[in-house]
Amino acid sequence: MKDLINSAARHVPVWAVWLTGSAPLLWLAVQVVQGSLGPDPAKTMERELGLWALRFLMLSLAISPLRWLGLNLLCFRRALGLLAFAYATMHLTVWVWPDMGLLWQQMAADIVKRPYLLLGAGAFLAMLPLALTSSNMALRRMGGAAWRRLHRLAYPALGMAILHFTLLSRVWTAELVIHLGLSLGLLLVRLLPKRPVLGRVAAAKPPPGNKVAERGAATERNFL
Amino acid sequence: MPRRFRNELNWSDVTPKPLWLNRRAVLAGAAGLAATPALARIEAAQSAFSTDEAPNSLEDITSYNNFYEFGFDKSDPSANAHLLTTDPWSIVIDGLVERPGTYDLADVLKGQPLEERIYRLRCVEAWSMVVPWIGFELAGLLNRVGVQPGARYVAFETLLRPEEMPGQQSASLSWPYVEGLRLDEAMNPLTILATGLYGDIMPNQNGAPIRLVVPWKYGFKSIKSVVRITLTDRKPPTTWNRLQPEEYGFFANVNPQVDHPRWSQATERRVGSGFFADRLETKMFNGYAEHVAHLYAGQDLAVDY
Repeated sequence: MKDLINSAARHVPVWAVWLTGSAPLLWLAVQVVQGSLGPDPAKTMERELGLWALRFLMLSLAISPLRWLGLNLLCFRRALGLLAFAYATMHLTVWVWPDMGLLWQQMAADIVKRPYLLLGAGAFLAMLPLALTSSNMALRRMGGAAWRRLHRLAYPALGMAILHFTLLSRVWTAELVIHLGLSLGLLLVRLLPKRPVLGRVAAAKPPPGNKVAERGAATERNFL
Repeated sequence: MPRRFRNELNWSDVTPKPLWLNRRAVLAGAAGLAATPALARIEAAQSAFSTDEAPNSLEDITSYNNFYEFGFDKSDPSANAHLLTTDPWSIVIDGLVERPGTYDLADVLKGQPLEERIYRLRCVEAWSMVVPWIGFELAGLLNRVGVQPGARYVAFETLLRPEEMPGQQSASLSWPYVEGLRLDEAMNPLTILATGLYGDIMPNQNGAPIRLVVPWKYGFKSIKSVVRITLTDRKPPTTWNRLQPEEYGFFANVNPQVDHPRWSQATERRVGSGFFADRLETKMFNGYAEHVAHLYAGQDLAVDY
């Protein structure tokens, strides 16, 4: 089963992830044009963009735990992370305008006063350097170790994003509980002392003397 | 011999309801419905308390609701409220009243003059609407049942019927929903029991068949689908206050200076005004200060939020 999924995943081009990931945005755009986003379309748009940012961030952080279970979807992680950043950027943009209507003073006062806004801003700022260093060239320039250290910012980003969502809610809706539960799960699983290494064993043990494969395996480990 | 009046209009000349409810027509005619009371099914007098702001469309008002008994999403009530049976309906009026009892809805309405009250509605979530309610002053009903001298508060209760109100099957809030007013707030002429809107009977998702409307307070005070009204000498518990006392006070007056702990109340979004609409400044007491500010003389509204 695992092998089936892994070999199927190898045939899925990354642009397909981009295409699928753009579907929510396209659907929202269609609804804005149709006027079917409800009586407060900007607010609905803002909420949906934020939720999709959160979901793509969660997906990008699900790649490693899935690898521990033997599913290798690593090649899609960059696209998922960048999709999360793109949705977060649009979410922030819709908040600034039209939601807050460019009321800079109220926005500034709110950000320092409201923990949920501080957390949202924090999550965005944590994702910003990750997006900026997402290219192969940035990875090469920084070196694997530094790059890996920097990209651990994804964890606080998810933590702040899910808290941001939680603090906005008036009651514990099923939607909130599911997102919160999955997010906490994705973060807590990182604390497990001994990770299952089922998939890694096969992938990371090149025959001795095969330098290229060894380097490849090392790079792969760097991504964990 | 005087010429007899002859009506040359046919039913085909009557504007279809969807058209006269059309939002653009309402906007163009500035409170269009107010100008055409003859089309309304419910006869209701105009009121000096009505705002001249353009009401939201019937679609906005009936598709964007916080009525957690039918679900958390704004669109849930319009999807689920058809499950609610509103006939027969009766209200228990008890506590410190001269004539306590179970009053059939028709009996509750008896002798109460219906008025159209076009009120602003400001939600604690920082959005607002303008709604052309039809209702009567709560004071009229309270005077009819006779308020005993010891009464200081009025407590309200929403129907508890989980089989028709799916939201009540989850314990997110403690059911039934309860609310309360101080007696002077309840007797203020702005405070109404509404039985309809836009000239028609109350849509289920808006709190059919009868609900409270207190326009200077956040929307959650305006309890829907009321089945019990109790006069009491002590401050009654209120649902949101019970859930988060530091966030939702008993008074819950609209106040741009007192923020919700988690978000600002300084401005609001007027729903229905489009994707690019500007925020509006929130007004003290939702713009009804001249009618209600005196009720709170000597009170610190940052403490009594």
